[in-house]
Amino acid sequence: MTTQTTAKTSVVKVETQVKKARLSRALILPALIFSIVLTQIPFLVTIYFSTLEWNLLKPTEIKFTWFDNYVAVFEKGDLLPATFATIGITSLAVVFSVVLGLFLAVLLDRKFRGQAVARTLLITPFLLMPAAASLIWKHSMFDSNVGILSWLTEALGGTPIQWTTDLPFLVVVIMLTWQYTPFMMLILLAGLQSQTPEVLEAAAVDGASAWKTFRWITLPHLRQYVEIAVLLGTIMLLQVFDPIAIITKGTGGTKTLSYLLYERAFVGLNVGEAAAYGVVTVLLTIVVATVALRSLFKVFIEGGQR
Amino acid sequence: MLSKKRVITFGAMLGISALALSGCAASTGAGGDVTLTLATVNNGNMVDMESLKGEFEAANPGIKVNFQVMEEGDLRSAVTADVANAAGQYDIVTIGAYEVPQWGANGWLTDLTEGLNDGSYDVEDILPPVRSALSVDGKQYAVPFYGESSILMYNKEILDAAGQKLSKNPTWQEVAAVAKAVKTDDVAGICLRGKPGWGDLFAPLTTVVQTFGGSWYDMNWDAQVNSPAFVEAVTFYKNLLDEAGQPNPVDYSFNECLNALKEGKVAMWYDASVAASFLEADDSPVKGKLAYSHAPVVKTKESGWLWSWNLAVPANTKNKDAAIKFVKWATSKEYHNLVGTKLGWSKVPPGARISTYSIPEYKEASAAYGPITLEVMNAVNPVQPGVNPQPWVGIQYVAIPEFQEVGNQVAQLVADAIAGRTTVKEALDKGQKIAQVAGDAQK
Repeated sequence: MTTQTTAKTSVVKVETQVKKARLSRALILPALIFSIVLTQIPFLVTIYFSTLEWNLLKPTEIKFTWFDNYVAVFEKGDLLPATFATIGITSLAVVFSVVLGLFLAVLLDRKFRGQAVARTLLITPFLLMPAAASLIWKHSMFDSNVGILSWLTEALGGTPIQWTTDLPFLVVVIMLTWQYTPFMMLILLAGLQSQTPEVLEAAAVDGASAWKTFRWITLPHLRQYVEIAVLLGTIMLLQVFDPIAIITKGTGGTKTLSYLLYERAFVGLNVGEAAAYGVVTVLLTIVVATVALRSLFKVFIEGGQR
Repeated sequence: MLSKKRVITFGAMLGISALALSGCAASTGAGGDVTLTLATVNNGNMVDMESLKGEFEAANPGIKVNFQVMEEGDLRSAVTADVANAAGQYDIVTIGAYEVPQWGANGWLTDLTEGLNDGSYDVEDILPPVRSALSVDGKQYAVPFYGESSILMYNKEILDAAGQKLSKNPTWQEVAAVAKAVKTDDVAGICLRGKPGWGDLFAPLTTVVQTFGGSWYDMNWDAQVNSPAFVEAVTFYKNLLDEAGQPNPVDYSFNECLNALKEGKVAMWYDASVAASFLEADDSPVKGKLAYSHAPVVKTKESGWLWSWNLAVPANTKNKDAAIKFVKWATSKEYHNLVGTKLGWSKVPPGARISTYSIPEYKEASAAYGPITLEVMNAVNPVQPGVNPQPWVGIQYVAIPEFQEVGNQVAQLVADAIAGRTTVKEALDKGQKIAQVAGDAQK
């Protein structure tokens, strides 16, 4: 009797599970179709475009050319410098903003008067539109005539630095660091505030210095937060476009993949070649991101001794 | 239940938008009335045109004009995509002198030669160099709305204080000598564009190259970017910037130089003639302190550039007659009078019609810069601006579709040379290869 009933109930259970699974799949389906339509079909179309010789200004000369555009992409010699520029700008900006973000997060983790105001002010750079932020930096910071940085160097008795002319790479890195530090700070602040106070208290009772507590308790605890911050920051920064388009115009090793792509598509109006660049960029981004992040995580895992 | 409800809502929304779309389609064709769609750039003179369109609509019952005003970059891509694909969204488009000959030759624009040929319109009154830049094989494809050349502008007070003088037609060597002589720690000798871009750095630089005897291409479409004359001109430009130019040159284009000259931070400036109307405006701190001369030269007689914003009618518009009517109205003598009386005489579109410069009120309003603008614009030669003949019409650009990209890339290389990261020769050797690919496509 008892075995029969259990068998029965389990059959019913399985049935309801299958039903539930079906229902959940059906519920997911619209979203799935939506995202396929929105991301995969354009990608397939891009691949198709990349096999065409198609300049928008020569509509009568569209023809199928197999892989000529890809040959052009690799032969023109713009791809490698752009890849290096993208990797260089992204990695420097991510590292600087994580370090600065950690510093600010530690300061914000303390109780002080006006904490909420300070936090809001510190977050503001990340809330600005990238194009607006680039314009602010271009005109009010880096400008050689009225910029704050020139005024400061002159007030300190130095000769003003010709930022955009001499140090375009640094200009982009500084601006991006400024913009992404709050993002890193927020994630790391969340990490700091999730520490159990008992552990810190115990460390204090045992006579650990503030530095030792930070080094051996807080940092290992923050590891996963740093990982997620680096991962998200890298993904976002790999697409960096605005400061390059607005401040440096691709000079001095700042021509990133996305700016190169923009030039081909919207300045050159060369749809075929731009599409080929797009496809290559997607592949490269996946490879670079995977390799860089894996090796990065290994370092952290060893450092955290987990 | 919920999902059903959603489906219904979604269906309803689809239905509504379908209705709305069909409504849109119906409104254009209703009742014999014509609605013209005009794409234009958000420059002051075009905004003035929009504010006066009521006068046209009142005089031409049955025709309405709908303005779509955009940023220059957006306009360029929107209009190019529309016209190239024959989408037919616009009845009138605003395009630059760079696009007109190319699009005309492609058959994308209506040939206006006949339509403009009526006595009261007086097509001969349009500045001849501008007209020739807008024509291919004797067919005129667009009408200039306003035009400009490039001139040298300088602060007389600064030059006088240093005991320096310039003639009406200076050479580049004279200008360089004056720039070095008037330069101090606080005031740069000359402001020249250094921002990379075919329309930024390479607008003035191409005119310098041409007067040094260089050119982008020879008659066979072989690139000449690393030819001795081209290298000499770019080296001259870079050295002038190094020795007497504004600090941080790669940051500077039209607006930055305009501010620098207004604030007395530079003594001279070589750029678009339209700048003079800003420098002589009532709110300008240097109003009345400036003098103007022709673009400096070396081997040619004139070296000014030529640019115009023009109205053209795409070949596939359904409202061709009404569109031509509006184009003629907006570029007529009557329109210039209308702007002068309604909005003020300094706002009359410059550089399009010769007769504009003989209107007494306009003469008075533009006394400082009007005569020289007209003089320079009449003197430049877009068919052969340099020492040698060239296979395209145009001065500070090459009228081929690839030029925007070629010009941008070479400008980036030259900017690296200006900053001292490479030499001029290295930069132009690389530029030569880029330019040759585009040249080969023309053969």
